[in-house]
Amino acid sequence: MDMSAINPVLLLASLMVAATPILLAAIGELVVERAGVLNLGVEGMMITGAVCGFIVTINAGSPLLGFAGAALGGAMVALVFGILTQVLLSNQVATGLALTLFGLGLAALLGQSYIGIKAPVIAKWPVPLLSDLPLIGPILFNHDPVVYLGILIIAAVWYFLTYSRAGLVLRAVGENHDAAHALGYHVVRVRLLAIMFGGACAGLGGAYLSLVRVPQWTEGLTAGAGWIALAIVVFASWRPWRLLLGAYLFGGVTVLQLNLQAAGFALPVAYLSMAPYLATILVLVMMRSGRAPGSLAQSFHASR
Amino acid sequence: MNTPLLRLEGLTKAYPGVVANKDVSFDIQPGEIHALLGENGAGKSTLVKTIYGLVKPDAGQMYLQGASFEPAEPRAARAAGVAMVFQHFSLFDAMNVAENIALGMENPPPQREIAARVRLVSDQYGLPLDPTRIVGELSAGERQRVEIIRCLLQDPKLLIMDEPTSVLTPQEVAILFETLRRLRDAGTAILYISHKLEEIRALCDAATVLRLGQVVGTCDPRATSAREMAELMVGSSLHVPLKAARAQGEVIMTLQGLSAKAPHRFGTALRDIDLTVRRGEILGIGGVAGNGQDELVAALSGEIRTRRNTLMMQGESIGHLGPNARRRMGLLAAPEERMGHAAAPDMTLTENALLTAVARQDLTRRGFVRWGKARDYASAVIKAFDVRTPGPANTARSLSGGNLQKFVIGREIMQNPVVFVVNQPTWGVDASAAAAIRQALLDLADKGAAVICISQDLDELMEISDRFAALNGGRLSAPRPAQGLSVEQIGLMLGGAHDMEVAHVDA
Repeated sequence: MDMSAINPVLLLASLMVAATPILLAAIGELVVERAGVLNLGVEGMMITGAVCGFIVTINAGSPLLGFAGAALGGAMVALVFGILTQVLLSNQVATGLALTLFGLGLAALLGQSYIGIKAPVIAKWPVPLLSDLPLIGPILFNHDPVVYLGILIIAAVWYFLTYSRAGLVLRAVGENHDAAHALGYHVVRVRLLAIMFGGACAGLGGAYLSLVRVPQWTEGLTAGAGWIALAIVVFASWRPWRLLLGAYLFGGVTVLQLNLQAAGFALPVAYLSMAPYLATILVLVMMRSGRAPGSLAQSFHASR
Repeated sequence: MNTPLLRLEGLTKAYPGVVANKDVSFDIQPGEIHALLGENGAGKSTLVKTIYGLVKPDAGQMYLQGASFEPAEPRAARAAGVAMVFQHFSLFDAMNVAENIALGMENPPPQREIAARVRLVSDQYGLPLDPTRIVGELSAGERQRVEIIRCLLQDPKLLIMDEPTSVLTPQEVAILFETLRRLRDAGTAILYISHKLEEIRALCDAATVLRLGQVVGTCDPRATSAREMAELMVGSSLHVPLKAARAQGEVIMTLQGLSAKAPHRFGTALRDIDLTVRRGEILGIGGVAGNGQDELVAALSGEIRTRRNTLMMQGESIGHLGPNARRRMGLLAAPEERMGHAAAPDMTLTENALLTAVARQDLTRRGFVRWGKARDYASAVIKAFDVRTPGPANTARSLSGGNLQKFVIGREIMQNPVVFVVNQPTWGVDASAAAAIRQALLDLADKGAAVICISQDLDELMEISDRFAALNGGRLSAPRPAQGLSVEQIGLMLGGAHDMEVAHVDA
């Protein structure tokens, strides 16, 4: 075994890349849940985004358009969920699970003729000046633009929820939808918008997998990342910065265990593979757990 | 005569199967406190929701200061100067006071400025409130202050208050009335909804009485007796429960040194509670909501278990027993929350009857339900307690609050309890049904059962209890004979060691 083969700088840099898809999907779901909706279809929205992003990128030749298409695709399947649960008042848990199955099937269908094609490489965007810093530069400031976008979205969501009027209304809707309705806020409208935002973020996360991480289209390439994102939202107590921590932890241990495997670490592969899940659950459970939004997963109907 | 602030003309609103408001017309003058009286289901809530823009009337017009007023949503009503304090508070537990207030305003200033204005208004009207506190941790009185201040910050012309005093101590009611009078003197009109007649006589300048959706009379509450108003409201003469002198028997249940941790984050810990009840006695326990009522009921019913010897009944230690074992011994309880605690909303009345009566009414045989017998029992409860429902096959959710309350209380009383614990027996129940429930509790005690009645309605407790104790912050005061207790003494018992902040009113 040769531990010196593991380069800590590279490790930390690839941690940020590994965490990005989950991070994106999870921050979207966080907003959805803060609005009081439980959408278990993250996996389905991610893979729809993955295939949409891939198709658009190949046909239009631009990864930028590809990511936009992925966000749109994710938002559209999320809108199906939104109409079913918010307008037709179907059960959120069942509909979310159905959305996952639907998304997996839809993506497989759409992606049939794209199997085996390689996605164009997305150039890195080193941040001027900052990327020249020793150590910190290559770890933090030498990535593709979507990594920065992920962190920006986290910061934006945190600011939105904490300081903006609209964020306050969104939290109010999630906390007590009857009271929010009595005060004259449009519960269903707020929730639909939140659900679409969640879908768009999940779509971005999926596209990051198919365009950057893998980077090609294969069926079922999300491989449960959507479920991890769901779990991280809960363990992060519905708070954006904790969510960032949870995603990086998960990404970090994933990258570390891959490196350990490559270095021939004397532990069966099965244990190494489960390490990211165990570590994430352990750390997030140990942190003080928060309170779920008061109206989470309840259907809202104005007459009740 | 000058233009009224708000004129209602022929307002009508029908829901499938019910006419909630029928041709309702009356005027509210600027700077008057106008009472809207009526029993539950008389259409008061629908009417105020119409004024506040939550409900669109089928017919009729409203005029605000002479101009046509048709708010499409609460925002429009708020913009026109109509504000409302809800009966079931429209507050968000997990948020702080300032955030809650910002949510009720049209164009809220930044948080810091809200905090400053909250402090200003709370000083002005004697409503002390810290804008940074989390609402879930406030008492009911403080929560109401949040709602009131939220309204006041918008300088309303008309303030609607829906049953504002139902959760307050006498001292808090005094503070509230003082605030409302100051508001009136500053020119704000108040539409005050209540069925507590003495309050209306003390506070209001005019009154409109609703019955079955129609205006059945208007009166000057200062010149009309409470009895006359009650009869207008009910439409017949009111039956007042009779409290006969009862012989009190031996001690039947003893609770000693009960302490319990708060069961959830917004709960109250019970601290060292001692209590004894005798046969034929009604022990009234007063206190503002959230001072340990739910927890005390849970500890008595068996939902919270304690050490074996903490609770003794008829010489046996039962502190460690669960609810069904206690029921078998004759200790029955009816918790406050009807939907979801006292009754399972989506199950039928038969099933709900079965859930608590299974042990004492012998409703199973070798593990199988005796449905016929269960149905008969449910029907008997419905008949004896005048529950208005087509039959025992209807779900609990389909009943109105008052009817369901009669059912859940009747279900326990018909099992002939030895000790009966009831929390808020008449919450949200109209006057005649409330009288019937109180009479049933008195009859139960006459038959030799011990009754522990927990309530926030002090008039009710004074009407039926033999001894009175108060819960405050999870502690129970020493019980005192109910006869001859003055309102001030009760208020002090309820306040416990806490500062009631009465002084701020004069400040």
